[in-house]
Amino acid sequence: MIGELNKAFESRVRLGIMSILMVNDSVDFLTLKEMLQVTDGNIASHITALEKLQYIEIKKQFIGKKPNTSYLVTNAGRKAFTEHLDALEKLIKLSN
Amino acid sequence: MENPKEQLEAIKDMRNLMERSSRFLSLSGLSGVAIGIFALLGLSALYLKLDLSPLHTGFQEKMVALDGNYKDDIFQFILLDALAILIASLAVGTWMSVNRSKKLNLPSWDPAAKRLVINLMIPLVAGGLLCLIFIQKGELAYLAPITLLFYGLALVNASKYTVDEIRNLGIIEIALGLLAFWQVDFALLFWGIGFGILHIIYGLFIHTKHQNK
Repeated sequence: MIGELNKAFESRVRLGIMSILMVNDSVDFLTLKEMLQVTDGNIASHITALEKLQYIEIKKQFIGKKPNTSYLVTNAGRKAFTEHLDALEKLIKLSN
Repeated sequence: MENPKEQLEAIKDMRNLMERSSRFLSLSGLSGVAIGIFALLGLSALYLKLDLSPLHTGFQEKMVALDGNYKDDIFQFILLDALAILIASLAVGTWMSVNRSKKLNLPSWDPAAKRLVINLMIPLVAGGLLCLIFIQKGELAYLAPITLLFYGLALVNASKYTVDEIRNLGIIEIALGLLAFWQVDFALLFWGIGFGILHIIYGLFIHTKHQNK
């Protein structure tokens, strides 16, 4: 049963990033930081990891003259995260 | 993260993040109460000016029968009265919600707040423009039903981005707007219920329900 849990989502920060991206079209770095209240470096490393797994996508654009980086969840990420949540749910039901 | 207790904690965390990141939750209930009181004060001023009482049925007649200078005078009064209510309400609503964000340690101007404002503004601006058209045609009596109806539509439209109660409030405002269109003579009474009394009731309700969150 525990095998179904996705190792990629073992950290709180990654779960947080995925949760926020699941319910928003796209979210920028500053908003993620404010929501999760962790350091830049910490978020950045988790974002890189999730991006490598192709669970999230980076969207770079300009707002006026300022570059703005935002993140969105990919279909693969959505699927993986949903499966992870299902596994979590099963695990909790089992232990009750 | 192996034991169920930690997993449950993690799930609670996630749920909280999903909600906080997609909705503006610092809406101040008490500002709703203040806004309701402003609306009732503004409405009372208009009743006095028109020499009407809330249960008097002559509103539409009175508005149609207005002529010449007196009509301009009334028109100016309605405009100033409405602007005063609007500005006081926006100021108090914004100020108290920003304060509440600070207290809850949430950002006050984040993407969720922006989405809330944009979705609120689309029907509101449409309603405002429609009001201008009716003013131009001299149909002042219909301003009350129009503002109620479009305010209700705006609330329903924006409710996805803030506390759930706003949706029901919007639906009631829409119903009141339609009633006010149907019985224009009682339009001001419906307006007072919609903008005054309902704001106070929902304000208190939201305040007590979300106070400790």
